[in-house]
Amino acid sequence: MAARVGDEEKETMNSRAQIRLLSDGRRLHLHDGPIDLIVEAFGPREEVEAAYRAAASRFVTVLDELCRELSLLRSPCVPDDPWPQGAVARRMVAAVMPYAAENFITPMAAVAGAVAEEILAAMVARAELLRAYVNNGGDIALDLSAAQTFVIGMVERPDRPSLLGTTTVRASDPVRGVATSGWRGRSFSLGIADAVTVLADRAAAADAAATIIANAVDLPGNPAIVRVPACELAPDSDLGNRRVTQAVGELKLEDLNQALAQGARTARRLLRMGLIRSAALSLQGETRIVGAVEASSTIATPVRERGLVHA
Amino acid sequence: MANDADAIRCDACPVLCYIKPGRTGSCDRYGNHEGKLVRLDPHVVLERALERGDSVVPFLERARDWDGTLIHQSEVAHGETFVTAIGAGTTYPDYKPAPFIISSQVEGVDMVTVVTEGIFSYCGVKVKIDTDRHMGPECSAVRAQGEAVGHVTTSEYGSQMLSLGGVRHLTGGSRHEGTATCDTLLNLCNGKAVELKIDGGAKVVVQAGKPPIVDGAQEERMRVGCGSATIGMFAKQWFGKVDDVVVVDDHITGVLSEHQAGKLLGVPETGIKLKGRRSTPGRYFQVAEPGTAWGGTDIEDPLTILGKFNAKKAWPALRLLMVSTTGEHHAYFELDDELKPRQKELPEALIESVARIRENCEPALCTVLFMGGAGGSLRAGVTENPVKLTHSVRDALTRVTCGGAPVYVWPGGGITFMADVSRMPQNAFGYVPTPALVAPIEFTLKLADYASLGGYTNHVRPLSSIATKDDSRKRVTAHSENPWPLESATKKKKR
Repeated sequence: MAARVGDEEKETMNSRAQIRLLSDGRRLHLHDGPIDLIVEAFGPREEVEAAYRAAASRFVTVLDELCRELSLLRSPCVPDDPWPQGAVARRMVAAVMPYAAENFITPMAAVAGAVAEEILAAMVARAELLRAYVNNGGDIALDLSAAQTFVIGMVERPDRPSLLGTTTVRASDPVRGVATSGWRGRSFSLGIADAVTVLADRAAAADAAATIIANAVDLPGNPAIVRVPACELAPDSDLGNRRVTQAVGELKLEDLNQALAQGARTARRLLRMGLIRSAALSLQGETRIVGAVEASSTIATPVRERGLVHA
Repeated sequence: MANDADAIRCDACPVLCYIKPGRTGSCDRYGNHEGKLVRLDPHVVLERALERGDSVVPFLERARDWDGTLIHQSEVAHGETFVTAIGAGTTYPDYKPAPFIISSQVEGVDMVTVVTEGIFSYCGVKVKIDTDRHMGPECSAVRAQGEAVGHVTTSEYGSQMLSLGGVRHLTGGSRHEGTATCDTLLNLCNGKAVELKIDGGAKVVVQAGKPPIVDGAQEERMRVGCGSATIGMFAKQWFGKVDDVVVVDDHITGVLSEHQAGKLLGVPETGIKLKGRRSTPGRYFQVAEPGTAWGGTDIEDPLTILGKFNAKKAWPALRLLMVSTTGEHHAYFELDDELKPRQKELPEALIESVARIRENCEPALCTVLFMGGAGGSLRAGVTENPVKLTHSVRDALTRVTCGGAPVYVWPGGGITFMADVSRMPQNAFGYVPTPALVAPIEFTLKLADYASLGGYTNHVRPLSSIATKDDSRKRVTAHSENPWPLESATKKKKR
C-alpha cells in the first residue's frame, strides 16, 4: 500500500488503487479499475507535492464511492429524480441534467469528466499552483492562474492518435474542461462521429456535451452503419438495448455532410444555451468547427482543411 | 440483461462488469477469453512507452506506490529511490555505524538499507572471455604491468576463464605486485579496458561488456559449437553440395563423411585422412597445436592437418570444404588428377552454409564478475553483533546488493559474493593504497529485523533526509535488468 498519502486518510485507502509518478518524474499516474488519470501540476515544488498528495488522497475513494451508487448512475437521468450522495456523482448529474428533458442520457455520460474535475478541485483547494490538469483518458479538467495557457492537441480518431489540430486555452478564457467522444472511443456511442471534441467551462459539462453532439452526428437507417444493441456487447451497459455503433462504412460525401450538419446544429444549440464554448466534429476526414469564431480559445483547423493549394 | 449465460463477472474492481466472450470490461484491461477472465496486455500503452523510449516494465508488476514526494525527479524510473553505497564513504574503525543507515517504506513495511563502501582486501574478479583462441596453458600467470595479477583457470564452453586478484596478489607479493593487481581490478570493475599478457600465451585486451582483443585481433563471435557439433548441425545443408567437410577445431575436429551425421545421410567415403588422434568416427582430437588461427588452432593453412587422400576411395574433382567453428575461416578445394587438393573459389551453393555458421554464433564478449568477502569487520558497521548479520543474510532476511546490482552469495561461511560489474552504475569502485579495492555494498532488511540483530537503530534516518537536502547525491536510473533491491526484500518476507 502507498507509504504516505496524507497520513490521516490512510485508513480509507483501498488496496487496488495505484499511485505513482511516471518515469519523467513530473506527472502523477492514478489508476483504479476503469479509472486512469494522468495528473500534472506546475508551480513551486512544495505546492506541486501538496497538490499531488491531495490528488492521491482524494482519488483512492472515488471508485468505491461511484460503485456504491452505480445502479442509480446507470439509469436515465430524469428531471426531479432524487440526487445521488457522492460528490463525483453529483457532478455527473449536474452535467447531464440540462439534457435530461429532451434526450436519453445517463449520468455515466459525464463520469470521466466528473472524476477529473473532482481530483483537480481537491488539488487546487490544497495548493497554490500556476496551472494544472487532470487528464482522464482524454477528458481533461484544467486549472489556470493569471497569464497561463494550455495547448491542447486534438485527435481525429481516438484509436489512431494523430494530431488534427491544437487549441490554446488561456487563463482569461472561461474554458476549464475538454472532452472527446466518438464511436471509436472507449465508451459506446449512438452516433457515427469519429470524434467530437468539446471545450466547456467544466470537464463534466464538456463530457456530457461531447456525448450528446457525437450522438447527433448520425444517419438513421444508412446501410453502411453497423449497430448492435449495447447489452449484447456489455450486459450491464447503461445504454441497455439501444443500438450502438460498431462500424461505419465509407459514406457518400452528401451523407457525410448531412450527418455533420446535424451534429453541428446540435452543437450550435448547446453553444447558444451556454453549455459549451466550442466544438470540433470529425467524420471520415471531414471536420466542422462550431463556436470558434467568438471564442478566443480557438480550435485551429488543420492545414488540409483549408485546402492544399500547393499540392 | 445481467443474467446473460455466457457473460462472466469480473471481480477485479467494484464496478463488477459482466463481460461477454471476446469482450473487455469497462477498463479495457480485463476480458472474457473463452469463458475465463484474463488480464490483457495494454499494448497501446506499451507502444506509446516504446515510442517515447521509456523503459518498459511488466504491466502492473512494477508499479509502485508513490510516497508523496518528488525526490526522484525525472531520474529513477517508477517511483522509488534506492540509495546505493557508491560514494557513501567508509568508516574506520569499522565498529562505528555505517555512513548511511536509511529507512524507506516499501509496501507499508519499514525497510532499512545499510549503505557502506567496503574496503575489500579479499576480493578479485573472474573474467570470462568468449573465444576459442588459445590464450595460454591452464595455471599460467596473467600479467599486468609486468606483474602477476592472476592466472588462467579452467576453460568453459566457448570461453577462456581468468581468475585475477585475490588476497595473495594484493598483499602477498611485492609492493608493486599489489599495486598492479589493485589497479587491474579497479579498471576492470569500473568497465575500463586492461591489457593482460599470459605467460606462454597471448596478449589480450579485456573490457567488461566488450569483445576481447587477442593478439591484436578483435574476436567477433563465439563458436557455434565444437567441430563435431557443427557437422551435426549443418550436415543436411551440405549434403549434395559438397563431397566432404572438415570443421577445424582445436578441441574436436569434425569430418562429414566419417561422422555419424554424414553416415546417416549416406555420404560416401572420400578417402580423406586427418592428422591428430581419432576419438570416435569423424571426431578428431589434437589435429594441431592450440593457437589463435583456424578454430583455436595454430594453423594458418588448413591443408597441413590433412594427410594424403586414399587413392582407392578418393576421386578427381572431389569437392572439399574446410571451415572453422565460427565460419570466420573457410576454404574450398577440389582434388586434381593426382588427388591433390587445389583451392578454388567458394561455390555459390556453399556460401550460405558458411554464413549460417556465422549467424548462429553469438557475439563474443568479455564479462567481469567482482568477487568479494564481506564476512569480516565490515559487518561491525552494520550491527554490534556481526555474526548475526551473516546469519540474517543466510536466512534471506537481509538482502545484499552491490551498487544496487544483485549478488550471488556463495554458500558456506562468511558473506562471499559475486556480482556482474556491468550491472552497476559507472565508476562504482575505488581503492585505498593499502592496497585494497573499495566496493559498494548494501544490506537491506526490515527495520524490526535490524533492531533484533543489534543494529544501530538510533542512526537510522529517513530517505528524504538523504535525497532532498543535498545536491551532492547523484541520481541514476536503475539498471533495467536488476531487480529492485527493496522490492525483492519485501517479497521475500511475504512468502
